[in-house]
Order: sequence, then C-alpha cells, then structure tokens
Amino acid sequence: MNTTMEGLVLAGILFTLGLISMLIRRNIIFMLVSVEIMLNAAGLAFIVAAARWGQPEGQVMFMFILAMAAAEVSVGLALILQIYHQLKTLDSDEASKMRG
Amino acid sequence: MQWIYLIPALPFLGALLLVLASRRIGKKGVALIGCGSVGLAALVTIIAGLQFMQQGSPAFVQHLWDWVSIGTFRIGIDLRFDALSLVFTFVITFVGFLIHVYSTGYMADDPDFARFFACMNLFVGAMLMLVLADNLLLLYFGWEGVGLCSYLLIGFWYKDPANGAAARKAFIVTRVGDTAMAIALFLLVQHTGSLQLSTVLARAQELWSAGDPTVVLIAFLLLGGAVGKSAQLPLQTWLPDAMAGPTPVSALIHAATMVTAGVYLIARTNVLFTLSPSAQAAVAIVGAVTLLLAGCSAFVQTDIKRVLAYSTISQIGYMFLALGVGAWSAAIFHFMTHAFFKALLFLGAGAVIVALHHEQDMFRMGGLRRSLPGVFLVFLVGSASLAALPFVTSGFYSKDQIVWLAGASANGSAFYSLAAILGAFITAAYTARMIFLVFFGKEKTHVHHHPGPVMMAPLYILAVLSTLAGFIELPHTLGHVTLLSDFLSPVLPAVVTDHGGLALEWGMQGLTVALCALAIWLAWRLLAAPFPSGLKQFLKNGWGFDDAYQVLFVQPFVQLARLNRKDIVDKVYTGLAAVTRGFHRIMSATQSGILRWYVMGIVMGAVIILSVIIWREYAV
Repeated sequence: MNTTMEGLVLAGILFTLGLISMLIRRNIIFMLVSVEIMLNAAGLAFIVAAARWGQPEGQVMFMFILAMAAAEVSVGLALILQIYHQLKTLDSDEASKMRG
Repeated sequence: MQWIYLIPALPFLGALLLVLASRRIGKKGVALIGCGSVGLAALVTIIAGLQFMQQGSPAFVQHLWDWVSIGTFRIGIDLRFDALSLVFTFVITFVGFLIHVYSTGYMADDPDFARFFACMNLFVGAMLMLVLADNLLLLYFGWEGVGLCSYLLIGFWYKDPANGAAARKAFIVTRVGDTAMAIALFLLVQHTGSLQLSTVLARAQELWSAGDPTVVLIAFLLLGGAVGKSAQLPLQTWLPDAMAGPTPVSALIHAATMVTAGVYLIARTNVLFTLSPSAQAAVAIVGAVTLLLAGCSAFVQTDIKRVLAYSTISQIGYMFLALGVGAWSAAIFHFMTHAFFKALLFLGAGAVIVALHHEQDMFRMGGLRRSLPGVFLVFLVGSASLAALPFVTSGFYSKDQIVWLAGASANGSAFYSLAAILGAFITAAYTARMIFLVFFGKEKTHVHHHPGPVMMAPLYILAVLSTLAGFIELPHTLGHVTLLSDFLSPVLPAVVTDHGGLALEWGMQGLTVALCALAIWLAWRLLAAPFPSGLKQFLKNGWGFDDAYQVLFVQPFVQLARLNRKDIVDKVYTGLAAVTRGFHRIMSATQSGILRWYVMGIVMGAVIILSVIIWREYAV
C-alpha cells in the first residue's frame, strides 16, 4: 500500500518538474525533453496503479505511451530542425509568427 | 365563345412583342402591333358578344388553368363573360383601339414611341383581366396591373422630375385604397372560404343578414379600394396631377377605363353592398359630395386638361351616387356614355394642345372655332354630352337617369337629388366656360399644326358614339327604352323605385334642362367677371386637400424618415456586431505566438478544472 502512495508521489514530482522546466525553458529541445519527462511521469503512474490492482492494463498503457513518445519525438525533432533552418535559433519565443 | 381568352391575351402579346422587338420593326411596325392587338381584341369582343347575346345564358366561364390550389382553396385563371364584363370589355377594347389609332398621330414624333405603345397594350391587357376575372384575386391582379401601367404612363416623360412626382403620387395614393381592398379580400377568404365571384356572393347571402358588422366592414373596405382607384373623396388628389402624362393616356386610363374600375368593383360586388345599407349610403354620399367638390374645382381651372380631370372625378361621382342609391345599371350606363364623350373630349383637347404647340392654358387659346373647325365640331359634341344638353346627347340620357333615380329610388333622398341637380348645373357651367374660352373670342395663339386624318378619324367615330350611345336607354317620359338595363338584368338587380310619378319626372327633367341653359348663359356672361381670388385659389387647388395631406401625412412621414436616417432600428444589430467584434479583439490578444503562454494556459485550465472537481467532491 505504501509503495503505491510513494510511487504516485514520485510520479507527481516528476510531472511537476517536467511542467516547470517546460514553462521556464526557452530552448525548444529542452521543452521537448520536458514533455518526455511528463510522459514518463504519466507512465510511472500507470505502472504503479497496475501494480496496486494486480492488473496488466497499466503496463499495456505504458507500452502505448512509449510508442507514442517515440513517434512524437521523431515528429518533434523534424519540426525543430525546420524551425532552426528557418529562424537560425532554437528560442521558442522567436517562433511567434502566428501571433493573432 | 371558346376564344374569349384571346381578348386579354392579344394586348398582352402585343406588349411583349413591342418590348422584345421594338428596335427591329420600326415605327410602322410598332404602330401596327400596338393598334392591331387592341383592334383584334375589339373584334373578338364583338364576335363573342354577338354569340353571347344569341345564346342567352347569363354567364360564360372559361377555365384556363389553376393558379393556386391549396386543399379546398382553389384560385383559377378563369375568365367570366357576362353582361357586365361584356359592356366593360367592349368599351375598353373599342375606345382603347380608337385611342391607340389616335396615339399613332399624337405620339408620332416621340422618340419613345415603342415604349408608349408597349405600356398602353399592357394597360389594356391588365384592364381586360380586371373586368374579365372570375375571381377577386385575378381581379386584384388586373387592378394592380392597371395601377402599374398608370404609373408608367403618367411618368412617361420621366426627364421632367414633376412628371415622376405626379406618377409616384398617383401610385401611392391609389395604394392606400388598394390596401383596404386587399384586407377586404382576406376577410372574404376567411369568412366565405373562396374568392370566386359567384361563390362569394352566394355564400355572403347565406352567411350574413342585412347590416351584419362583418359584411359592413368588408363593403367599406371594398369602397376604400374603389375610392382610391376612381379618385373619389378623400383619395381624389392624384387624378388632376396625373394629367402630366401624354393626353391619350389621360383619355384612356384617367377618363374612360381605369378610373371607372371602382365603379365596376362595386357593381360586381353589389350583393355585399345591398347587405350593408350603411356602406351603400356611404357610396352615395361619397359620390354626391365628390361630384359637387370636383365640379366647383373644374370651374376655376386654367389648364384644359385639369378641367377635364376634375370633370372626370365629378362624373365618376355621379356613377358612385347611382351605385349608392341602388341604380346599378344607371351607373354602368353613365360609365359607358362617359367613356365615349370624355375620351372624345380628352382627344379633342389633345388635338388642340398639339395644334398650339403644347399650350394647355385655356386663357392663351381662343377663337379656335375658325382655325380648327373639325376639332371644334367634335369638341362641341363631346361638351354637349358632358353638359347634358337635352334630347340629342348621350350624356343627357345617362345623367338624367341618375338625377331621377337619386331621388326616386328606394334608397334615394332629397339631398342626393339636390346634389345631382346642382352637379348638373355646375357641369354645364364649367363645360360652357371651357368651350367659350378655347373656341370663341380673340385668337391668342396661332395654330401651327393641323391634326391629320389619323387623329381626326377616331374623334369623329367617338363623336357619333357619344351621340348614339344614349338612345339604348330612354326615360319613361321619352319613349322608355331599356335595352341596356334589360341586358344587364341577369347580373345587376333592377333599381327599386318607391315614390314619384311621371309628372315629377317631367318636372325634374325640366328643372335640369332649365338649370343647364341658365348655367351656359351665366358662363357666357361671367367669363370675364372678377372672381374672389382667395376663393378661386382655394377651389383651383382642389379645396386644399393637397395642402392638408401635405401637413397631415407627408410632412410627418418625411420627418420620421429624417429621424430614422441614422438607422435607429438597425442599432440593435450593429450593436450586436460591435460586441462580437470587441470579444474577438480580446480573444485574439491571447494568441500571442509565445508557446510558453499557451502551456501556461493549459496548466491554468487544468488546475481550475481539477480545483472545481476536488471542491465539488470534498467541500459539499
């Protein structure tokens, strides 16, 4: 029982860390890494919950998250390359052409 | 009888051809199509009329096709051919044809020759639809059609803004009456479930007893429509201004046919008026008052066409008086003779106007009996008819019948008699004044153009008609011929007379004739006499109706329009648009393009949603 609580707290801390670094970083690569951290925090929460109930679905969900994260990183990196080509910088605040 | 549909179809076809092909066929072709279509319609009318009289059935209805069909409510394009519509159709096509022929001479130099004939043909077609319609909706269609053509033709010389204003005035003033008539039709549909004439009239007799408020209301609304179209009090103001149109238009539309549509409507729906005595009395009172007021105005006009316009209003007042006292066929008789002699007078006036190079002021004419003897002759015949000179003119017989029945019929009264006799006196006076001013005295303007045979032939034919047409109906005292009222008897009930005898009728006729002679003598003596100028101006302006309407209706409306110039009503919608635009500005400011702000937005949203969920779970 205790391990469940601790696991969830760890997942929460990881997620918050990812979120904060997402908010304070301006480098797009670091923002992508922060997204990965948050995804892993969510995955951890799934694993912990699965262990708590003794069910396999949580692990299945983690597989999905891994696959999705891999796809997301590949698309994200491609976009980042394009941004770098266009703007010669990785500062996300510079990529604000779609300002309303 | 099977081809009576050709009667309205031919003029419509003529109008269509003239609109489409006027450029290619030249002036001769235009004249040929314009006159030919109406002439053929007249021919068909005569043939169909002869067949109709032989057959002896009261009415012939031709169903062409369905127009409206909703459940049990059906409106067909149906033509009704009976005695009443035959008289009107004959006058419209025959007089219309003569006026068309005359117009080929009168309008010969006009650059818009084809447009003129297209409008005239369209008018004749619409007017024929009006009188041949078997249901009131089709009648209303013709009614609006003639209104449109009247507008188009009054404003025919549209380059002068005054003509456009006169056209608009005619259209708008008659529209007031038309609206009343439309409401009457709605009420008829609501109560009788039909607009077909025979059904409506039969159902009306079953549904309502005499004096029922509903039928009185309907009759008053119909009277409103008739008053607008026939230029009777209080909607008479448009007709004198309508003289801005070419003179043949005044002859055809504003004397012979369209303005008598109100008479036709009331005669057609005579059952409704018989059922509502107060509305019928209103018809008589409107007629009596109008004939006096318009007659007085005619006496002081200086423009020859305006004299004739006021005279038309006054003569239609006679017809309304006859309708109001229940002398239906007398009204139709006067309509017919009036169509002949008033068309003759207008066309004669047109010949004078052209001869004097578009001079319409009677005080600048004079002495024309020597320079225009032919016109003088026919004008004299027409004027004699209008003034009701005894025994040889049609106007005498038709007006005499009305004068007699105004007092002698069951609905008649001394007031109506007095109005009719006084009206006859005034009519003779202004007619004589017109003749003396135009054709006698010193020649003031030189004649520079003599009307050709194309213009004179219709005048001679009309002169013969305005003399002979009277002899189909003679009073008791003079032979007692009742051809027309017998012919109309299947459609129009006979007049009920309750008092008076032969002696009284002789007395009335003698009085009218004496007054007529007195009026002519007075007109001759007073031609140069001074007239109180204030009163003269008042009468000349038609008893100040125009000024009153200007103050009562036009100016408030213009003020309202000026107030509303900034689109006050639209403020709600422009306000709505402004609010939306404001929100849009706020929302678009949030789209800053800074990625981290978006993330922050998502986080704040998630925090708020989570807080709400947690608060709902634990706080309650």
